[in-house]
Amino acid sequence: MFEIFGIPSQALFGQLLIGLINGSFYALLSLGLAVIFGMLNIINFTHGAQYMMGAFAAYLLLQHTGIGYWPALIVAPILVGITGMIVERTMLQWLYKLDHLYGLLLTFGLALIIEGVARNYYGSAGLPYTVPESLQGGRNLGFMFLPNYRAWVVVASLTICLGTWFVIERTRLGANLRAATENPTLVRAFGINVPRMITLTYGFGVALAAFAGVMAAPIYNVSPQMGAELIIVVFAVVVIGGMGSILGAIITGFGLGVIEGLTKVFFPEASNTVIFVIMAIVLLVRPAGLFGRRA
Amino acid sequence: MLDTHSPLLAIKELQAWYGESHILHGVNFDVQPGEVVTLLGRNGAGKTTTLKSVMGIVARRTGSIRFEGQEQIARSSDQIARAGIAFCPEERGIFASLDVQENLLLPPVIRPGGLSLDRIFELFPNLKERLGSSQGTKLSGGEQQMLAIGRILRTGARLLLLDEPTEGLAPVIIQQIGKTIRTLKEQGFTILLVEQNFRFAATVADRYYVMEHGRIIDQFANSELDANVEKLHDYLGV
Repeated sequence: MFEIFGIPSQALFGQLLIGLINGSFYALLSLGLAVIFGMLNIINFTHGAQYMMGAFAAYLLLQHTGIGYWPALIVAPILVGITGMIVERTMLQWLYKLDHLYGLLLTFGLALIIEGVARNYYGSAGLPYTVPESLQGGRNLGFMFLPNYRAWVVVASLTICLGTWFVIERTRLGANLRAATENPTLVRAFGINVPRMITLTYGFGVALAAFAGVMAAPIYNVSPQMGAELIIVVFAVVVIGGMGSILGAIITGFGLGVIEGLTKVFFPEASNTVIFVIMAIVLLVRPAGLFGRRA
Repeated sequence: MLDTHSPLLAIKELQAWYGESHILHGVNFDVQPGEVVTLLGRNGAGKTTTLKSVMGIVARRTGSIRFEGQEQIARSSDQIARAGIAFCPEERGIFASLDVQENLLLPPVIRPGGLSLDRIFELFPNLKERLGSSQGTKLSGGEQQMLAIGRILRTGARLLLLDEPTEGLAPVIIQQIGKTIRTLKEQGFTILLVEQNFRFAATVADRYYVMEHGRIIDQFANSELDANVEKLHDYLGV
Protein backbone atom coordinates (compact mmCIF):
# COMPACT_ATOMS: atom_id res chain seq x y z
CA MET A 1 0.00 0.00 0.00
CA PHE A 2 1.40 3.40 -0.98
CA GLU A 3 0.06 6.90 -1.32
CA ILE A 4 -0.10 9.40 -4.21
CA PHE A 5 -0.73 13.06 -3.31
CA GLY A 6 -1.87 11.81 0.08
CA ILE A 7 -4.43 9.46 -1.47
CA PRO A 8 -4.13 5.70 -0.88
CA SER A 9 -3.31 3.98 -4.18
CA GLN A 10 -6.25 1.59 -3.79
CA ALA A 11 -8.68 4.51 -3.71
CA LEU A 12 -6.99 6.34 -6.59
CA PHE A 13 -6.79 3.36 -8.95
CA GLY A 14 -10.21 2.15 -7.84
CA GLN A 15 -11.76 5.46 -8.89
CA LEU A 16 -9.69 5.50 -12.06
CA LEU A 17 -11.15 2.11 -12.93
CA ILE A 18 -14.69 3.28 -12.20
CA GLY A 19 -13.93 6.28 -14.38
CA LEU A 20 -12.80 4.00 -17.20
CA ILE A 21 -15.93 1.85 -16.82
CA ASN A 22 -18.20 4.88 -16.94
CA GLY A 23 -16.09 6.20 -19.81
CA SER A 24 -16.67 2.92 -21.67
CA PHE A 25 -20.40 3.52 -21.55
CA TYR A 26 -20.09 7.23 -22.33
CA ALA A 27 -17.94 6.38 -25.37
CA LEU A 28 -20.26 3.64 -26.72
CA LEU A 29 -23.35 5.78 -26.27
CA SER A 30 -21.91 9.04 -27.58
CA LEU A 31 -20.43 7.13 -30.53
CA GLY A 32 -23.90 5.88 -31.43
CA LEU A 33 -25.31 9.38 -31.08
CA ALA A 34 -22.54 10.80 -33.27
CA VAL A 35 -23.08 8.17 -35.99
CA ILE A 36 -26.84 8.81 -35.97
CA PHE A 37 -26.50 12.59 -35.94
CA GLY A 38 -23.96 12.53 -38.77
CA MET A 39 -26.19 10.54 -41.08
CA LEU A 40 -29.74 11.42 -40.04
CA ASN A 41 -29.26 14.93 -38.70
CA ILE A 42 -31.35 13.85 -35.73
CA ILE A 43 -30.42 14.20 -32.08
CA ASN A 44 -31.57 10.80 -30.85
CA PHE A 45 -33.07 11.41 -27.43
CA THR A 46 -34.39 7.83 -27.44
CA HIS A 47 -30.78 6.66 -27.03
CA GLY A 48 -30.99 6.21 -23.26
CA ALA A 49 -34.23 4.27 -23.56
CA GLN A 50 -32.67 2.07 -26.23
CA TYR A 51 -29.72 1.40 -23.91
CA MET A 52 -32.25 0.41 -21.24
CA MET A 53 -34.04 -1.78 -23.81
CA GLY A 54 -30.76 -3.60 -24.42
CA ALA A 55 -30.41 -4.37 -20.71
CA PHE A 56 -34.05 -5.44 -20.47
CA ALA A 57 -33.72 -7.60 -23.59
CA ALA A 58 -30.79 -9.41 -21.93
CA TYR A 59 -32.80 -9.81 -18.70
CA LEU A 60 -35.93 -11.09 -20.48
CA LEU A 61 -33.95 -13.44 -22.73
CA LEU A 62 -32.45 -15.00 -19.62
CA GLN A 63 -35.74 -15.17 -17.69
CA HIS A 64 -37.97 -16.49 -20.46
CA THR A 65 -35.75 -18.41 -22.84
CA GLY A 66 -32.67 -19.19 -20.78
CA ILE A 67 -30.44 -17.36 -23.25
CA GLY A 68 -27.40 -16.26 -21.28
CA TYR A 69 -25.08 -13.27 -21.31
CA TRP A 70 -22.84 -14.14 -24.26
CA PRO A 71 -25.57 -14.90 -26.82
CA ALA A 72 -27.56 -11.94 -25.45
CA LEU A 73 -24.62 -9.67 -26.23
CA ILE A 74 -25.32 -10.42 -29.92
CA VAL A 75 -29.08 -11.10 -29.90
CA ALA A 76 -30.24 -8.14 -27.79
CA PRO A 77 -28.52 -5.45 -29.95
CA ILE A 78 -29.96 -7.06 -33.09
CA LEU A 79 -33.49 -7.12 -31.65
CA VAL A 80 -33.31 -3.57 -30.33
CA GLY A 81 -31.63 -2.44 -33.56
CA ILE A 82 -34.58 -3.83 -35.53
CA THR A 83 -37.05 -1.87 -33.39
CA GLY A 84 -34.90 1.18 -34.15
CA MET A 85 -35.11 0.55 -37.90
CA ILE A 86 -38.89 0.27 -37.61
CA VAL A 87 -38.98 3.62 -35.79
CA GLU A 88 -36.80 5.14 -38.52
CA ARG A 89 -38.98 3.83 -41.36
CA THR A 90 -42.30 4.73 -39.76
CA MET A 91 -41.48 8.03 -38.01
CA LEU A 92 -38.02 9.57 -38.31
CA GLN A 93 -37.79 9.48 -42.11
CA TRP A 94 -40.47 12.18 -42.35
CA LEU A 95 -38.46 14.63 -40.23
CA TYR A 96 -35.12 14.89 -42.05
CA LYS A 97 -36.04 18.02 -43.97
CA LEU A 98 -37.34 19.79 -40.87
CA ASP A 99 -35.51 21.58 -38.07
CA HIS A 100 -33.47 19.46 -35.58
CA LEU A 101 -36.04 20.34 -32.96
CA TYR A 102 -38.72 18.05 -34.44
CA GLY A 103 -36.50 14.97 -34.36
CA LEU A 104 -35.44 15.85 -30.84
CA LEU A 105 -39.05 16.20 -29.65
CA LEU A 106 -40.18 12.99 -31.33
CA THR A 107 -37.30 10.91 -29.96
CA PHE A 108 -37.72 12.50 -26.51
CA GLY A 109 -41.41 11.58 -26.54
CA LEU A 110 -40.57 8.04 -27.59
CA ALA A 111 -38.09 7.75 -24.73
CA LEU A 112 -40.76 8.82 -22.23
CA ILE A 113 -43.22 6.28 -23.62
CA ILE A 114 -40.72 3.40 -23.61
CA GLU A 115 -39.54 4.18 -20.08
CA GLY A 116 -43.13 4.60 -18.90
CA VAL A 117 -44.15 1.24 -20.30
CA ALA A 118 -41.13 -0.45 -18.71
CA ARG A 119 -41.91 1.16 -15.33
CA ASN A 120 -45.51 0.04 -15.59
CA TYR A 121 -44.55 -3.60 -15.99
CA TYR A 122 -41.34 -3.88 -13.98
CA GLY A 123 -41.52 -1.08 -11.39
CA SER A 124 -38.53 1.09 -10.68
CA ALA A 125 -36.74 -0.99 -8.06
CA GLY A 126 -34.35 -2.58 -10.53
CA LEU A 127 -33.82 -6.21 -11.46
CA PRO A 128 -30.64 -8.17 -10.82
CA TYR A 129 -28.53 -9.65 -13.60
CA THR A 130 -25.54 -11.68 -12.55
CA VAL A 131 -22.06 -11.49 -13.99
CA PRO A 132 -21.47 -14.42 -16.39
CA GLU A 133 -19.61 -17.25 -14.73
CA SER A 134 -16.58 -17.02 -16.99
CA LEU A 135 -15.99 -13.43 -15.88
CA GLN A 136 -16.63 -13.76 -12.15
CA GLY A 137 -13.87 -13.00 -9.70
CA GLY A 138 -10.90 -10.83 -10.39
CA ARG A 139 -7.18 -10.50 -10.00
CA ASN A 140 -4.92 -8.61 -7.66
CA LEU A 141 -2.62 -6.35 -9.62
CA GLY A 142 -0.60 -5.46 -6.54
CA PHE A 143 -1.66 -1.83 -6.44
CA MET A 144 -5.37 -2.63 -6.82
CA PHE A 145 -7.95 -5.38 -7.22
CA LEU A 146 -9.30 -5.67 -10.80
CA PRO A 147 -12.66 -7.45 -11.22
CA ASN A 148 -12.60 -9.50 -14.43
CA TYR A 149 -15.98 -8.30 -15.62
CA ARG A 150 -14.95 -4.64 -15.42
CA ALA A 151 -11.75 -5.32 -17.34
CA TRP A 152 -13.88 -7.02 -20.00
CA VAL A 153 -16.22 -4.01 -20.26
CA VAL A 154 -13.33 -1.63 -20.90
CA VAL A 155 -11.69 -3.92 -23.47
CA ALA A 156 -14.97 -4.71 -25.26
CA SER A 157 -15.98 -1.06 -25.42
CA LEU A 158 -12.59 0.01 -26.75
CA THR A 159 -12.69 -2.74 -29.37
CA ILE A 160 -16.18 -1.88 -30.59
CA CYS A 161 -15.40 1.86 -30.62
CA LEU A 162 -12.15 1.50 -32.55
CA GLY A 163 -13.74 -1.07 -34.89
CA THR A 164 -16.54 1.36 -35.67
CA TRP A 165 -14.05 4.16 -36.23
CA PHE A 166 -12.04 1.94 -38.58
CA VAL A 167 -15.06 0.93 -40.65
CA ILE A 168 -16.24 4.51 -41.01
CA GLU A 169 -12.88 6.14 -41.70
CA ARG A 170 -10.95 3.44 -43.55
CA THR A 171 -13.27 1.25 -45.64
CA ARG A 172 -15.34 1.56 -48.83
CA LEU A 173 -18.56 1.18 -46.84
CA GLY A 174 -17.40 3.99 -44.56
CA ALA A 175 -16.55 6.17 -47.57
CA ASN A 176 -20.13 5.70 -48.79
CA LEU A 177 -21.41 6.69 -45.36
CA ARG A 178 -19.22 9.79 -45.15
CA ALA A 179 -20.17 10.83 -48.67
CA ALA A 180 -23.88 10.31 -47.96
CA THR A 181 -23.53 12.42 -44.80
CA GLU A 182 -22.08 15.22 -46.91
CA ASN A 183 -24.33 15.09 -49.99
CA PRO A 184 -27.01 12.39 -49.89
CA THR A 185 -28.67 13.55 -53.12
CA LEU A 186 -25.53 13.11 -55.22
CA VAL A 187 -24.58 9.80 -53.60
CA ARG A 188 -28.04 8.51 -54.43
CA ALA A 189 -27.66 9.75 -58.01
CA PHE A 190 -24.59 7.50 -58.27
CA GLY A 191 -26.84 4.49 -57.75
CA ILE A 192 -26.43 3.96 -54.01
CA ASN A 193 -29.62 3.27 -52.07
CA VAL A 194 -29.19 6.07 -49.51
CA PRO A 195 -32.53 5.63 -47.71
CA ARG A 196 -31.66 2.01 -46.95
CA MET A 197 -28.21 3.12 -45.77
CA ILE A 198 -29.84 5.65 -43.41
CA THR A 199 -32.15 2.98 -41.95
CA LEU A 200 -29.22 0.62 -41.38
CA THR A 201 -27.14 3.41 -39.84
CA TYR A 202 -29.88 4.21 -37.35
CA GLY A 203 -30.26 0.50 -36.62
CA PHE A 204 -26.52 0.27 -36.00
CA GLY A 205 -26.43 3.32 -33.70
CA VAL A 206 -29.33 1.91 -31.71
CA ALA A 207 -27.67 -1.52 -31.58
CA LEU A 208 -24.57 0.14 -30.09
CA ALA A 209 -26.76 1.58 -27.33
CA ALA A 210 -28.34 -1.82 -26.71
CA PHE A 211 -24.89 -3.45 -26.63
CA ALA A 212 -23.87 -0.97 -23.94
CA GLY A 213 -27.10 -1.82 -22.13
CA VAL A 214 -26.33 -5.55 -22.08
CA MET A 215 -22.83 -4.84 -20.79
CA ALA A 216 -24.25 -2.55 -18.14
CA ALA A 217 -26.81 -5.08 -16.89
CA PRO A 218 -24.44 -6.95 -14.51
CA ILE A 219 -22.85 -3.70 -13.22
CA TYR A 220 -25.82 -1.44 -12.63
CA ASN A 221 -29.29 -2.82 -11.95
CA VAL A 222 -31.62 -3.38 -14.89
CA SER A 223 -34.16 -0.64 -14.34
CA PRO A 224 -36.46 1.53 -16.47
CA GLN A 225 -34.69 4.77 -15.55
CA MET A 226 -31.12 3.50 -16.02
CA GLY A 227 -30.90 5.17 -19.44
CA ALA A 228 -32.49 8.45 -18.44
CA GLU A 229 -29.87 8.97 -15.72
CA LEU A 230 -26.94 8.15 -17.96
CA ILE A 231 -28.06 9.91 -21.12
CA ILE A 232 -27.92 13.40 -19.61
CA VAL A 233 -24.19 12.96 -18.98
CA VAL A 234 -23.75 11.38 -22.42
CA PHE A 235 -25.30 14.42 -24.09
CA ALA A 236 -22.83 16.61 -22.22
CA VAL A 237 -20.05 14.33 -23.51
CA VAL A 238 -21.34 14.73 -27.08
CA VAL A 239 -21.48 18.50 -26.75
CA ILE A 240 -17.91 18.56 -25.43
CA GLY A 241 -16.61 16.23 -28.15
CA GLY A 242 -18.51 17.91 -30.96
CA MET A 243 -21.62 16.58 -32.69
CA GLY A 244 -20.90 14.17 -35.51
CA SER A 245 -17.22 13.48 -34.81
CA ILE A 246 -16.58 9.75 -34.45
CA LEU A 247 -13.11 9.84 -32.95
CA GLY A 248 -14.11 12.86 -30.86
CA ALA A 249 -16.97 10.91 -29.30
CA ILE A 250 -14.69 8.01 -28.37
CA ILE A 251 -11.84 10.07 -26.91
CA THR A 252 -14.17 12.43 -25.06
CA GLY A 253 -16.18 9.52 -23.67
CA PHE A 254 -13.21 7.77 -22.10
CA GLY A 255 -11.47 11.02 -21.16
CA LEU A 256 -14.44 12.45 -19.29
CA GLY A 257 -15.07 9.15 -17.53
CA VAL A 258 -11.53 9.28 -16.17
CA ILE A 259 -11.75 12.97 -15.25
CA GLU A 260 -14.98 12.27 -13.39
CA GLY A 261 -13.32 9.38 -11.54
CA LEU A 262 -10.33 11.49 -10.54
CA THR A 263 -12.61 14.27 -9.34
CA LYS A 264 -14.23 11.74 -7.01
CA VAL A 265 -10.83 11.14 -5.43
CA PHE A 266 -9.51 14.66 -5.17
CA PHE A 267 -12.65 16.79 -4.87
CA PRO A 268 -15.65 14.50 -4.34
CA GLU A 269 -18.10 17.39 -3.93
CA ALA A 270 -17.66 18.29 -7.61
CA SER A 271 -17.78 14.79 -9.07
CA ASN A 272 -21.41 15.03 -10.19
CA THR A 273 -21.00 18.40 -11.85
CA VAL A 274 -17.48 18.34 -13.28
CA ILE A 275 -18.63 17.16 -16.73
CA PHE A 276 -21.21 19.94 -16.93
CA VAL A 277 -18.66 22.53 -15.85
CA ILE A 278 -16.35 21.32 -18.62
CA MET A 279 -19.26 21.45 -21.04
CA ALA A 280 -19.99 25.05 -20.13
CA ILE A 281 -16.35 26.04 -20.62
CA VAL A 282 -16.10 24.22 -23.97
CA LEU A 283 -19.31 25.85 -25.17
CA LEU A 284 -17.85 29.26 -24.34
CA VAL A 285 -14.43 28.65 -25.89
CA ARG A 286 -15.18 26.26 -28.76
CA PRO A 287 -18.92 26.11 -29.45
CA ALA A 288 -18.48 23.41 -32.13
CA GLY A 289 -16.92 21.10 -29.53
CA LEU A 290 -13.33 19.92 -29.09
CA PHE A 291 -13.35 17.74 -32.23
CA GLY A 292 -16.31 19.26 -34.08
CA ARG A 293 -16.19 20.90 -37.46
CA ARG A 294 -17.91 24.21 -37.67
CA ALA A 295 -21.17 23.84 -39.57
CA MET B 1 -30.87 -4.93 -79.22
CA LEU B 2 -32.06 -1.47 -80.03
CA ASP B 3 -32.24 -0.55 -83.67
CA THR B 4 -30.02 2.36 -84.62
CA HIS B 5 -32.92 4.75 -85.13
CA SER B 6 -34.45 4.46 -81.70
CA PRO B 7 -33.09 7.18 -79.42
CA LEU B 8 -31.06 6.27 -76.35
CA LEU B 9 -32.83 9.02 -74.44
CA ALA B 10 -36.27 10.29 -75.42
CA ILE B 11 -37.83 13.14 -73.44
CA LYS B 12 -41.45 14.13 -73.98
CA GLU B 13 -43.54 16.84 -72.35
CA LEU B 14 -41.18 17.01 -69.38
CA GLN B 15 -42.33 19.40 -66.68
CA ALA B 16 -40.51 20.04 -63.41
CA TRP B 17 -40.98 22.10 -60.26
CA TYR B 18 -38.82 23.37 -57.41
CA GLY B 19 -41.28 23.80 -54.60
CA GLU B 20 -43.89 26.20 -55.93
CA SER B 21 -41.91 27.43 -58.92
CA HIS B 22 -42.62 25.74 -62.23
CA ILE B 23 -39.28 25.47 -64.07
CA LEU B 24 -39.79 23.17 -67.06
CA HIS B 25 -42.92 23.65 -69.18
CA GLY B 26 -42.95 20.66 -71.52
CA VAL B 27 -39.47 19.83 -72.78
CA ASN B 28 -39.15 17.53 -75.81
CA PHE B 29 -35.92 16.20 -77.28
CA ASP B 30 -34.01 13.04 -78.19
CA VAL B 31 -30.44 11.86 -77.87
CA GLN B 32 -29.26 9.15 -80.28
CA PRO B 33 -26.76 6.50 -79.18
CA GLY B 34 -23.18 7.73 -79.53
CA GLU B 35 -24.11 11.39 -79.93
CA VAL B 36 -22.84 14.43 -78.07
CA VAL B 37 -25.84 16.69 -77.64
CA THR B 38 -25.56 20.14 -76.08
CA LEU B 39 -28.27 22.14 -74.35
CA LEU B 40 -27.64 25.85 -74.82
CA GLY B 41 -29.46 28.72 -73.20
CA ARG B 42 -29.19 31.59 -70.80
CA ASN B 43 -28.97 31.28 -67.05
CA GLY B 44 -32.29 30.14 -65.67
CA ALA B 45 -33.52 28.69 -68.99
CA GLY B 46 -33.90 25.26 -67.38
CA LYS B 47 -30.82 23.42 -68.69
CA THR B 48 -29.55 22.21 -65.32
CA THR B 49 -33.09 21.38 -64.22
CA THR B 50 -33.47 19.25 -67.35
CA LEU B 51 -30.37 17.23 -66.42
CA LYS B 52 -31.51 16.92 -62.83
CA SER B 53 -34.95 15.80 -63.96
CA VAL B 54 -33.43 13.08 -66.13
CA MET B 55 -31.37 12.02 -63.10
CA GLY B 56 -34.43 12.03 -60.85
CA ILE B 57 -33.16 14.60 -58.34
CA VAL B 58 -35.89 17.19 -58.85
CA ALA B 59 -38.66 16.99 -56.27
CA ARG B 60 -41.55 16.88 -58.73
CA ARG B 61 -41.54 16.08 -62.43
CA THR B 62 -44.08 14.81 -64.96
CA GLY B 63 -43.98 13.72 -68.59
CA SER B 64 -41.89 10.96 -70.07
CA ILE B 65 -38.16 10.16 -69.87
CA ARG B 66 -37.36 6.96 -71.75
CA PHE B 67 -33.85 5.56 -71.55
CA GLU B 68 -33.11 2.52 -73.73
CA GLY B 69 -36.85 2.29 -74.21
CA GLN B 70 -37.56 2.09 -70.45
CA GLU B 71 -39.70 4.72 -68.76
CA GLN B 72 -37.74 6.44 -65.95
CA ILE B 73 -40.14 9.15 -64.80
CA ALA B 74 -41.44 7.24 -61.76
CA ARG B 75 -38.05 5.88 -60.70
CA SER B 76 -35.84 7.15 -57.89
CA SER B 77 -32.42 8.56 -58.72
CA ASP B 78 -30.54 5.48 -57.53
CA GLN B 79 -32.67 3.30 -59.81
CA ILE B 80 -32.04 5.68 -62.72
CA ALA B 81 -28.30 5.57 -62.06
CA ARG B 82 -28.38 1.78 -62.06
CA ALA B 83 -30.24 1.84 -65.39
CA GLY B 84 -27.02 3.31 -66.85
CA ILE B 85 -27.10 7.11 -66.58
CA ALA B 86 -24.34 9.02 -64.78
CA PHE B 87 -24.32 12.65 -63.68
CA CYS B 88 -21.53 15.17 -63.23
CA PRO B 89 -23.02 18.18 -61.41
CA GLU B 90 -22.19 21.81 -62.09
CA GLU B 91 -20.72 22.27 -58.61
CA ARG B 92 -18.66 19.08 -59.26
CA GLY B 93 -19.70 17.45 -56.01
CA ILE B 94 -16.26 16.43 -54.76
CA PHE B 95 -16.55 15.16 -51.19
CA ALA B 96 -14.45 16.94 -48.57
CA SER B 97 -14.57 14.02 -46.14
CA LEU B 98 -13.20 11.61 -48.76
CA ASP B 99 -9.65 11.48 -50.10
CA VAL B 100 -9.01 11.56 -53.85
CA GLN B 101 -9.00 7.80 -54.26
CA GLU B 102 -12.20 7.39 -52.24
CA ASN B 103 -13.86 10.07 -54.36
CA LEU B 104 -12.78 8.26 -57.51
CA LEU B 105 -14.05 4.89 -56.31
CA LEU B 106 -17.28 6.15 -54.75
CA PRO B 107 -19.78 5.58 -57.61
CA PRO B 108 -20.47 1.84 -57.72
CA VAL B 109 -19.96 -0.11 -60.96
CA ILE B 110 -23.48 -0.73 -62.22
CA ARG B 111 -22.74 -2.78 -65.31
CA PRO B 112 -19.69 -4.00 -67.22
CA GLY B 113 -18.11 -1.85 -69.91
CA GLY B 114 -16.81 1.03 -67.78
CA LEU B 115 -13.29 2.36 -68.19
CA SER B 116 -10.51 0.83 -66.13
CA LEU B 117 -8.62 3.05 -63.68
CA ASP B 118 -5.62 2.90 -66.02
CA ARG B 119 -7.68 4.28 -68.90
CA ILE B 120 -9.02 7.03 -66.64
CA PHE B 121 -5.47 7.98 -65.63
CA GLU B 122 -4.50 8.07 -69.34
CA LEU B 123 -7.25 10.62 -69.87
CA PHE B 124 -6.39 12.56 -66.72
CA PRO B 125 -2.70 12.03 -65.84
CA ASN B 126 -2.93 14.70 -63.12
CA LEU B 127 -5.39 12.54 -61.17
CA LYS B 128 -2.89 9.73 -60.80
CA GLU B 129 -0.33 12.09 -59.28
CA ARG B 130 -2.90 13.42 -56.82
CA LEU B 131 -4.21 10.01 -55.78
CA GLY B 132 -2.43 10.10 -52.42
CA SER B 133 -3.81 13.57 -51.70
CA SER B 134 -5.73 13.79 -48.48
CA GLN B 135 -8.89 15.73 -49.20
CA GLY B 136 -10.74 15.72 -52.51
CA THR B 137 -11.61 19.37 -52.12
CA LYS B 138 -7.94 20.41 -51.76
CA LEU B 139 -7.45 19.82 -55.51
CA SER B 140 -7.46 22.73 -57.96
CA GLY B 141 -10.69 23.51 -59.77
CA GLY B 142 -9.49 21.78 -62.94
CA GLU B 143 -8.39 18.68 -61.06
CA GLN B 144 -11.71 18.55 -59.23
CA GLN B 145 -13.51 18.68 -62.57
CA MET B 146 -11.35 15.84 -63.89
CA LEU B 147 -12.07 13.84 -60.76
CA ALA B 148 -15.80 14.53 -61.13
CA ILE B 149 -15.78 13.29 -64.74
CA GLY B 150 -13.28 10.49 -64.13
CA ARG B 151 -15.26 8.85 -61.35
CA ILE B 152 -18.40 8.37 -63.49
CA LEU B 153 -16.45 6.69 -66.32
CA ARG B 154 -15.78 3.59 -64.21
CA THR B 155 -19.39 2.72 -63.61
CA GLY B 156 -20.36 1.32 -67.00
CA ALA B 157 -23.01 4.01 -67.51
CA ARG B 158 -23.52 4.67 -71.24
CA LEU B 159 -25.13 8.08 -70.98
CA LEU B 160 -23.18 10.85 -69.27
CA LEU B 161 -24.87 14.06 -68.17
CA LEU B 162 -22.26 16.80 -67.87
CA ASP B 163 -23.37 20.11 -66.38
CA GLU B 164 -21.09 22.98 -67.48
CA PRO B 165 -17.82 21.06 -67.20
CA THR B 166 -15.77 24.07 -68.36
CA GLU B 167 -17.20 26.65 -65.97
CA GLY B 168 -14.51 28.73 -64.31
CA LEU B 169 -11.59 26.77 -65.75
CA ALA B 170 -8.43 27.93 -67.53
CA PRO B 171 -8.32 27.60 -71.36
CA VAL B 172 -5.71 24.85 -71.28
CA ILE B 173 -7.91 22.75 -68.97
CA ILE B 174 -10.97 23.46 -71.12
CA GLN B 175 -9.01 22.08 -74.09
CA GLN B 176 -8.16 18.97 -72.14
CA ILE B 177 -11.79 18.43 -71.22
CA GLY B 178 -12.80 18.94 -74.86
CA LYS B 179 -10.27 16.32 -75.91
CA THR B 180 -11.61 13.96 -73.26
CA ILE B 181 -15.19 14.36 -74.46
CA ARG B 182 -14.15 13.59 -78.04
CA THR B 183 -12.25 10.50 -76.85
CA LEU B 184 -15.26 9.33 -74.84
CA LYS B 185 -17.48 9.76 -77.89
CA GLU B 186 -15.06 7.65 -79.96
CA GLN B 187 -15.37 4.98 -77.29
CA GLY B 188 -19.12 4.91 -77.72
CA PHE B 189 -20.26 7.02 -74.77
CA THR B 190 -23.33 9.15 -75.33
CA ILE B 191 -23.10 12.60 -73.78
CA LEU B 192 -25.70 15.19 -72.92
CA LEU B 193 -23.88 18.42 -72.19
CA VAL B 194 -25.08 21.67 -70.70
CA GLU B 195 -23.00 24.66 -71.74
CA GLN B 196 -23.13 28.44 -71.73
CA ASN B 197 -19.92 28.57 -73.75
CA PHE B 198 -20.99 27.61 -77.27
CA ARG B 199 -17.48 28.13 -78.63
CA PHE B 200 -16.44 25.22 -76.46
CA ALA B 201 -19.58 23.26 -77.33
CA ALA B 202 -18.81 23.72 -81.03
CA THR B 203 -15.61 21.69 -80.59
CA VAL B 204 -17.44 18.63 -79.25
CA ALA B 205 -21.17 18.62 -80.07
CA ASP B 206 -23.05 16.84 -82.86
CA ARG B 207 -26.31 18.67 -82.25
CA TYR B 208 -27.67 21.56 -80.21
CA TYR B 209 -30.94 22.31 -78.54
CA VAL B 210 -31.62 25.84 -77.41
CA MET B 211 -33.69 26.35 -74.26
CA GLU B 212 -35.61 29.36 -73.05
CA HIS B 213 -38.14 29.71 -70.23
CA GLY B 214 -38.24 25.96 -69.60
CA ARG B 215 -38.83 24.91 -73.21
CA ILE B 216 -36.76 23.86 -76.23
CA ILE B 217 -37.12 26.72 -78.71
CA ASP B 218 -34.72 25.68 -81.48
CA GLN B 219 -32.40 22.93 -82.62
CA PHE B 220 -29.70 22.46 -85.24
CA ALA B 221 -26.79 20.22 -86.15
CA ASN B 222 -23.15 21.20 -85.69
CA SER B 223 -22.82 21.56 -89.49
CA GLU B 224 -25.49 24.27 -89.33
CA LEU B 225 -23.72 26.19 -86.60
CA ASP B 226 -22.20 28.88 -88.83
CA ALA B 227 -25.59 29.64 -90.37
CA ASN B 228 -27.08 29.99 -86.91
CA VAL B 229 -24.46 32.07 -85.13
CA GLU B 230 -26.46 35.29 -85.44
CA LYS B 231 -29.55 33.66 -84.03
CA LEU B 232 -27.54 32.06 -81.24
CA HIS B 233 -26.09 35.40 -80.18
CA ASP B 234 -29.64 36.57 -79.96
CA TYR B 235 -30.77 33.55 -77.90
CA LEU B 236 -27.84 33.65 -75.54
CA GLY B 237 -27.64 37.41 -75.29
CA VAL B 238 -23.89 37.48 -75.88
